[in-house]
Amino acid sequence: MQDLGIRVLLEGNNMIRLLDGLWVTVRISLLAVVISIVMGILLGMVMTLKNPVTKALTRIYLEFIRIMPQLVLLFLIYFGAAKAFNIHISGELSAVIVFTLWGTAEMGDLVRGALISIPKHQYDSSAALGLTGIQIYRYIIIPQTLRRLIPLAINLVTRMIKTTSLIVLIGVVEVLKVGQQIIEASRYTAPSAALWIYGTVFFLYFIVCFPISKLSGKLEKRWQN
Amino acid sequence: MDWNFISEYVPMYIQAAWTTLSLAFWGILLSLFIGLFCSLTLYFKVPVLKRVTAAYVELSRNTPLLVQLFFLYFGLPKIGIVISSQSCAIIGLAFLGGSYMSEALRSGLESVEKGQVEAALSVGLNQGQIVRYVILPQAVSVSVPPLCANIIFLIKETSVFSVVALADLMYVAKDLIGLYYKTDEALLLLVLSYLAILLPISIAASVLERRVRYAGFGN
Repeated sequence: MQDLGIRVLLEGNNMIRLLDGLWVTVRISLLAVVISIVMGILLGMVMTLKNPVTKALTRIYLEFIRIMPQLVLLFLIYFGAAKAFNIHISGELSAVIVFTLWGTAEMGDLVRGALISIPKHQYDSSAALGLTGIQIYRYIIIPQTLRRLIPLAINLVTRMIKTTSLIVLIGVVEVLKVGQQIIEASRYTAPSAALWIYGTVFFLYFIVCFPISKLSGKLEKRWQN
Repeated sequence: MDWNFISEYVPMYIQAAWTTLSLAFWGILLSLFIGLFCSLTLYFKVPVLKRVTAAYVELSRNTPLLVQLFFLYFGLPKIGIVISSQSCAIIGLAFLGGSYMSEALRSGLESVEKGQVEAALSVGLNQGQIVRYVILPQAVSVSVPPLCANIIFLIKETSVFSVVALADLMYVAKDLIGLYYKTDEALLLLVLSYLAILLPISIAASVLERRVRYAGFGN
């Protein structure tokens, strides 16, 4: 029975279809990560402002996004927003929206952490040199924060890819869904396909995430000081 | 908003929240044991076990819980291993959580200075006593913030339990949306339920973190 199962993987273009499905997941996460990094940097800078209003607002945003499971956020956008505003948002678009909101919150907090870890005298001495606010960030603060930030941002990519597996639950056809289709199609010819297909999906995720998380760990160690 | 509908279905959400919480409790408890075991094997560099543990940690950290559950629940029965939904959820959560807990505890273990162990040896404690009375208390106090973060993370991860046919909060919400098209009400209750579960835990975690900060030696 089991050799029948593994054959399903190689039959027709099943493997290509699985990889295509994986690409849907990866594409959504990469798109969300790129937008989140840009927005997160802005959010992180806003969060370091002393203004009580922006402080309260960003805090509420951050806490809400972080405390809600990502699947709940997906439901809120996919089902909730569609009904509330009477618009149709495709599964893929809602995924990008949700993961951008989530990634921005996570990234914003990382940026804030990196920014406040810069000693205050760095700001003071650059101000004393007569640099403007923008120049202080551009030449003094950002280059130092980047080193702390890049490993954490890379780590966010793997978290994003893993979390993106949830989109199958709002009807996006990605690697798990394709796997289900293949299993259904070969229900009679290869009854044990599920074991092999889900095992393959498991390792596909591992193959994608493992190098990225290794890279992040390595950079973090190298740039520690 | 249909308030009658909401009050009618609150008990259903409470029951679902209870399902989620009890599964999360056992999963987290198990993952703490796995994490403790793994972090100790890694810390003491136990010959063969060390490699197995390292492989497990990488495998579980780099794959999503959803895929792990699919494999456990739909894949394994094909080779004759049939696991009930509940056990599947607990095993999945423990498999995922074990590696996160292991990393959190390992960072704590590694923060305990060598001098502590040497001092313990010189007053005549044996290996077991050193772990029990010297290393663990200090390591745990350092590990509390990441451990708390992991507990919250794992409770959030339970939201995918509906895929293994468990009537958790997500399942109830989706059911009500599908049956009655009461999207706003169902989602409001969903958000409130998760807030009711996670907000107290998150507040308790930050209080706990503040209290154990002084438990470390020499600060």
